[in-house]
Amino acid sequence: MPEETERSSVTLAVNGQQHRLRLDNRTTLLDALREHLGLIGAKKGCDHGQCGSCTVLLDGRRVKSCLIFAVAASGSAVVSVEGLADGDDLQPLQQCFIDHDAFQCGYCTSGQLCSATGMLDEVRKGWPSVVTGDLAAGPVRLTEEEIRERMSGNLCRCAAYPQIVAAIRATATAEAVR
Amino acid sequence: MRTFRYHRATDPAEAVRMVAGESEAAYLGGGTNLVDLMKLSVQRPRLLVDVTRLPLGSVEPLSDGGLRIGATVRNSDLAAHPVVRRDFPVLTRALLAAASGQLRNMATVGGNLLQRTRCVYFQDVGKPCNKREPGTGCSALEGQNRDLAILGWSTSCVATHPSDMAVALAALDARVEVLEPDGAREIPLTEFHRLPGDRPDLETTMAPGGLITGVRIPALPYARHSTYRKARDRASFAFAAGSVAAVLDLDGGLVREVRIAYGAVAHRPWRARLAEEALRGQPATMENFGLAADEELAAARPLPNNGFKVSLIHNLTVRTLADLAEAATR
Ligand SMILES: Cc1cc2nc3c(=O)[nH]c(=O)nc-3n(C[C@H](O)[C@H](O)[C@H](O)COP(=O)(O)OP(=O)(O)OC[C@H]3O[C@@H](n4cnc5c(N)ncnc54)[C@H](O)[C@@H]3O)c2cc1C
Ligand code: SF4
Ligand code: FES
Ligand code: FES
Repeated sequence: MPEETERSSVTLAVNGQQHRLRLDNRTTLLDALREHLGLIGAKKGCDHGQCGSCTVLLDGRRVKSCLIFAVAASGSAVVSVEGLADGDDLQPLQQCFIDHDAFQCGYCTSGQLCSATGMLDEVRKGWPSVVTGDLAAGPVRLTEEEIRERMSGNLCRCAAYPQIVAAIRATATAEAVR
Repeated sequence: MRTFRYHRATDPAEAVRMVAGESEAAYLGGGTNLVDLMKLSVQRPRLLVDVTRLPLGSVEPLSDGGLRIGATVRNSDLAAHPVVRRDFPVLTRALLAAASGQLRNMATVGGNLLQRTRCVYFQDVGKPCNKREPGTGCSALEGQNRDLAILGWSTSCVATHPSDMAVALAALDARVEVLEPDGAREIPLTEFHRLPGDRPDLETTMAPGGLITGVRIPALPYARHSTYRKARDRASFAFAAGSVAAVLDLDGGLVREVRIAYGAVAHRPWRARLAEEALRGQPATMENFGLAADEELAAARPLPNNGFKVSLIHNLTVRTLADLAEAATR
């Protein structure tokens, strides 16, 4: 439990590694990762929850790390883009991004990858989206329309959207076949 | 940003005591609105009491068919809950039409109800705004007001409440459970948010320092026939230009019961009781749906830049009710 001053002790398990930091309460999770832990994969685009480039997984769920104070996330497990691959072994999603040319400048890519990872998990859990026709129906059919809707929280200034959709689709299809 | 102390509350009464005991304290839910406004210096709390670990995180279907939703349930979990999807689809659809996947994973029910207006002047501390700084004037009255109110506004403030979820809850006759410094009570959702009058800085009827502990939706069997339709400037990830939540119960071709609420038109979710009244007992036809909308919108006073909202809401009402009527005959 952080004590009540304007600084707090913050414990974060980041990509499987435990960290203990003493931070100003104003530090966002994004700034803690970038400025205090040297993990610069998560990007600061807008700093207001609008672009998605800061997306990480917090206790397994995709979130925007620019709108979370690190102290409020204390005790949680974070996975940033650096933690997706197993050493040099890329996740299928990462390989599909390369295979489909799903980025140009790459600034949004770490957020896209973390967001898509969380999104595919939501699909596995059967969560509907606003474009899902029948809310009661079982497994989600991950159409292009579904992918676009579910990924709308991640903007791409280079507009690599068609390739991003293709990469995510290929990942989901490969998973279904396995 | 001003520095602040942080406290993680584990007991609702303790949380209320802490916030009531400090003039510049705020509850912290998912932070998706509060952290943003703190970055903009619109809100400058000295103490944040984090409510997300309070034991208010469950969705409980009640034996009578109603539902009790804890205040810290995340928007995405509520939307995906099987009972909500089956019995109150209007709520799932409204939640899923809002924000983005990441934000819904963060946002809580309590924070969603208390999110602040998206009026651009409210968010800009360099501009006069009666809501942010009472007595300074309303910049939107003659400024950018395309996104703002057409109903229930005053010359003090023409802002809208931006929540989608609250519109569905208004149609469902939900009740907000609050714990105030004086004790617990329930407030009907349609009376929870205030119209601006001459005090736009007062947004709810909850006592200062009050904590939302949950939301209760009474049983409403025909709410299985309900939906939410939202018009926005782009296909996804945008606030509503206008929205309609509707629940429709037909008896043959006649309207037995109907609930309608509008979003993005007023300082609070707008329950369209005049339209409902006009429809009860009438044939469920497009023409009648349109006449009912006209009945409600007769009181509309559009601002210089948002006249389009009147026909938008009219058309959304007709389309939404027609969709529900059509689904009922399938
Ligand atoms: C880019 C973006 C797009 C968005 N688009 C939409 C949209 O299309 N539709 C929509 O409806 N919303 C949208 N939102 C808003 C979002 O839904 C709200 O920010 C969110 O629901 C607020 O919930 P929270 O838990 O994060 O609240 P917080 O930010 O934590 O808190 C908001 C307010 O509520 C108070 N509070 C929190 N919990 C309690 C409680 N239990 N009791 C009393 N007070 C409490 C806080 O003190 C604060 O004043 C968007 C937000 C962003 C950033
Ligand atoms: S409409 Fe309300 S919130 Fe916007 S500037 Fe006027 S007083 Fe402020
Ligand atoms: S930096 Fe967080 S959403 Fe843009
Ligand atoms: S690849 Fe450049 S912003 Fe997406």
